[in-house]
Amino acid sequence: MTITQQILQQLINGISLGSVYALMALGYTMVYGIIKLINFAHGEVFMIGAFVGFFSITKLDMGFFPAMFTAMIFCAILGVLMERLAYKPLRNAHRVAALMTAVGLSMLFQNLALAHSWIGASAKGFPQVFPLRKFELMENVTISSDRILMLVIAIFLMIALQFIVHKTLMGKAMRAVSLDKDAARLMGINVDKTISFTFALGSSLAAAAGVLFALNYGIVVYQMGLLPGLKAFVAAVLGGIGIIPGAMVGGLLLGVTESAVSAAGGSMFRDAVAFAALIIMLLVKPTGLFGKNVREKV
Amino acid sequence: MLKVENLQVYYDAIHAIKGVSLDVSQGEIVTLIGANGAGKTTILRTISGLEKAREGKIEYLGKDITSLQAHDVVKIGISQVPEGRRVFTNMSVTENLELGAYLSKDRKAKADSLKRVFEHFPRLYERRTQIAGTLSGGEQQMLAMGRALMSKPKLMMLDEPSMGLAPILVRQIFSIIKEIHKEGTTILLIEQNANMALSIAHRGYVLETGKIVMQGSVQELLASEEIKNAYLGGEAAHS
Repeated sequence: MTITQQILQQLINGISLGSVYALMALGYTMVYGIIKLINFAHGEVFMIGAFVGFFSITKLDMGFFPAMFTAMIFCAILGVLMERLAYKPLRNAHRVAALMTAVGLSMLFQNLALAHSWIGASAKGFPQVFPLRKFELMENVTISSDRILMLVIAIFLMIALQFIVHKTLMGKAMRAVSLDKDAARLMGINVDKTISFTFALGSSLAAAAGVLFALNYGIVVYQMGLLPGLKAFVAAVLGGIGIIPGAMVGGLLLGVTESAVSAAGGSMFRDAVAFAALIIMLLVKPTGLFGKNVREKV
Repeated sequence: MLKVENLQVYYDAIHAIKGVSLDVSQGEIVTLIGANGAGKTTILRTISGLEKAREGKIEYLGKDITSLQAHDVVKIGISQVPEGRRVFTNMSVTENLELGAYLSKDRKAKADSLKRVFEHFPRLYERRTQIAGTLSGGEQQMLAMGRALMSKPKLMMLDEPSMGLAPILVRQIFSIIKEIHKEGTTILLIEQNANMALSIAHRGYVLETGKIVMQGSVQELLASEEIKNAYLGGEAAHS
C-alpha cells in the first residue's frame, strides 16, 4: 500500500466519520447561535435517536429510511419539549444555570436509557439492514456501501438545512433571532416559536446522525452519545460556534484528523488529539476557523 | 388612535416610567422629546410589547393592547424603527426588507410594499444586494425605516432617527418621514433633536425623568421659555 493510497483511504474514512460529527455539530451551533447555550444533552438526543431507529427496525419492522425518519421526528419533538420544559424557564437566568441544566439533562437521559427495560446496560447489535458491499475505488482504496449511504444522507441533510436557513421564511427568522431578538420581535417574528423550531431542527439532525452512526458501527448502547457528543461540540468550536458552515467544516476536519491519527498508528490517542485540537483552537483563535471578531457598531 | 394612560414601567427596582399618559390621533405627527435617559425609548418599547407595563393601560383603535406580545403588536399595525437602527447586519438589504414583511402572506402585497419602499429610498434600491452591515449610518437608518414600512403600519414609531447623522442626512430623513405621513401613516416620533422634531410635528410631549412635564401644540411648545432654554439651545429656536 503506497502512501498516496493510504492517504486517500484515510481521507475517505475521515470524511464519512466527519459527516456524522458535522450533522451533530450543526445542532450545537444552531442552538448556541440562537440562545447562547451549549446544549450538552445533544449527545443524548443522538443516542435516543439511534435507539428509536433501532426499535423502529427491530420491533416495528420498519425499513431503514422510515426508521430514520421516525427517529428524526421523535427527536424533533423531544428537542422542543426539552427547550420548553428545561431551558425556557431559565432564559433570563444566569447562563451557567442553563449550562448546568444541560449537563443534568444529559445525565438524566443516559440514566433513563440505562434504567429502561428495552435498553439497559449492554450494547445491542444494530441490524445490517443493507447487504454490505465494498467498492474498490482504486487499488487498495475502498469504501463500504454503509459509508457511502452515511455520506450521501449527511450531505443531503446539510444541503436541506442550508436551504431551510437561507431560503425559507422560518430560516430567515432563525437568522434574525440569532442576530437580534428585539429587532426580530419588531418584525413580528415569534421568538419562542423560532427557538422551538431551531431545537426541532438540530435534534432531528442529531437523530439522523445517531441512526447513521449505529448502522456504521453496528451497535447501539446507552453511552454512545457521550463521546460523539463531545467531539461534535469540539467540531462546532473548531469551525466557530454559532456559524453553520463552520460546523460542517469543523466536523469534517475533525473526522479526517482522527482518521489520520489512527492511520499513523496512534489510534490510542485519537480522542486525545480531538480535544487537543479544541485546546489549541481556543488558544490560537477562540472564535474558530470561520469566526469573526465581534465588533459592536453603535 | 393610540392612548397611553398612567403608564408605569420598572427595570427591576428602578422606576423608569412614572405614570405617563399620552395620545396620538389618526393622521397626526406627535413627538416625544426629552433628554437622554428620560425614558423615551422605554415608552416606545412598552408600546411595542418589548417591555411589560407594571401599571397603566395602552389602547390602540379602542382595544386594550397593554399585555400584547411584541409580534402581535406588529400584526395590528404598529411598527417601530428602533434606536440605533438595529438592522440585521449580516443580511442583504433586500433580506432585511423581506423580514419587515414577515407577517404578510400575500406575495403580491409584499412586492408592492417593496416597490413603495424603493420609491421612498432609491438609495436602498441601488444597494439592494449589499450586506446591511456595510451600509453607512444614514443608509442603515433608511433601511430600518424601509423595513418598518414593509408591514404597512397604520402607526409608525421612530426612535431617534437623527442619531449620529450629519445635518444634511437628518433633513433628508425628516422629509421622508413627512412623505410617509402624507401617504396616510400616523407618526409617533421620539427625538433628542427637538428643533427637527418640532419642525414636522403637530403636537409634542416633553418627558423628564419618566414623567411628562409639558405637552401641547408645536406653537405652544415653541413659545415656552423653558423649552427654548432646555431643548432648543436658546438662539437656535428662532430658526
